[in-house]
Amino acid sequence: MIEFHLDTRSGVAPYLQLIHQVRQALRLGLLREGDRLPTVKEVAGGLAINPNTVLKAYRELEYEGLAAAKPGVGTFVTKTLTDDSIAAHAPLREELDEWLSRARAAGLDDESIEAIFRSTFRPQPQEDAV
Amino acid sequence: MAAALEADGLGKQYGRKWALADCTLTVPAGRVTGLVGPNGAGKTTLLNLATGMLAPTTGSIRVLGGVPGSGPAQLRKVGFVAQDTPTYAALSIADHLHFGAAANPGWDAGIASARIRALRLDPAQKAAKLSGGQRAQLALTMAIAKQPELLILDEPVASLDPLARREFLQALAETVAEQELSVVLSSHLVADIERVCDYLIVLVASRVRIAGEVTELLASHHLLTGPRSEEDSLPGDWEIIQASHVGRQTSLLVRAAGPVKKPGWAVDKVSLEDLVLGYMSQAAGGTTAGLLTGAAR
Repeated sequence: MIEFHLDTRSGVAPYLQLIHQVRQALRLGLLREGDRLPTVKEVAGGLAINPNTVLKAYRELEYEGLAAAKPGVGTFVTKTLTDDSIAAHAPLREELDEWLSRARAAGLDDESIEAIFRSTFRPQPQEDAV
Repeated sequence: MAAALEADGLGKQYGRKWALADCTLTVPAGRVTGLVGPNGAGKTTLLNLATGMLAPTTGSIRVLGGVPGSGPAQLRKVGFVAQDTPTYAALSIADHLHFGAAANPGWDAGIASARIRALRLDPAQKAAKLSGGQRAQLALTMAIAKQPELLILDEPVASLDPLARREFLQALAETVAEQELSVVLSSHLVADIERVCDYLIVLVASRVRIAGEVTELLASHHLLTGPRSEEDSLPGDWEIIQASHVGRQTSLLVRAAGPVKKPGWAVDKVSLEDLVLGYMSQAAGGTTAGLLTGAAR
């Protein structure tokens, strides 16, 4: 199960924030195929947001093939975004941690670290952007 | 499906003052509509016209296809929570629910008692002993248990602390998800209600300044910053809601149907709060400025 949160100051439409969070959870393996997403009532009531916002997010996830609604039962995750790459997460995270320690030891502050990352990181062409 | 609310040339006059003037709008059914504007803008007048507690001076209003206050059938369709969520101080919660059951043919006792249980309230408790948030929840429970098609709430969260405010809106959002009903709620702060609303009416100085679907409003308004310019030198399809000139720079809140692009100008998305404030200050700077500076800040 996933628990949604909302950043009202971000300027990102609330339904897009919900979609992001589902995709993020799928990528990190926190949500897997067959998992039930919280009901529209649970999400709307929990975040005090309009139920149509939740419906819109869920419809979009269905359209992307990531979730499917079973009438009367709920909305379920139908696809995993991690595949076998999830196994690589832990060692990669360790290496990144080491790299971060080295960067801090070299005297870089958070802002400089982020700047290096951002200027080095280039999205792969044709990678889905959402 | 009939519109939740339909006003045509609607106006209400008290003595020489118009509390609401020339109000023409359609609020679609199935929406949560926020009615926002400064205090004294006419929000309560519009809501009281919708419930039938006031009769219009000019024009007409229809609620769910019927004339407000025209009879029991109309009363049954509309739930109303007045400003400051009034309850009967000397009556217990259980008394309130008995009263609700006796007065409302469509009363669902199951919904009422389930909500009181979920709120962990003691039915024997007198309303006078409840906190502000609990009183608001009791008033909401009464309005929901009557199973209306339209729920009208006048400044329901204005007097609540942030936690009680959130809990009230959570309960409201849950109800909307569960039952098919339309909601119109007013607030002088759009930030309080913007999460839950998908339709918005901005009312300033007795007049509707703009009304529409929240996503459409956000998509059709833009914040622009560019070199200092006079308004008549700007593209004609930009409707300028608000303009400010500082030094060499001009900042605009613009309404435009299509995409907005002009070399040398930065285009930013607008938040709902800035959009509403833009319309409020537009009203303040317009022809009726003298009346408004206090109300619109």
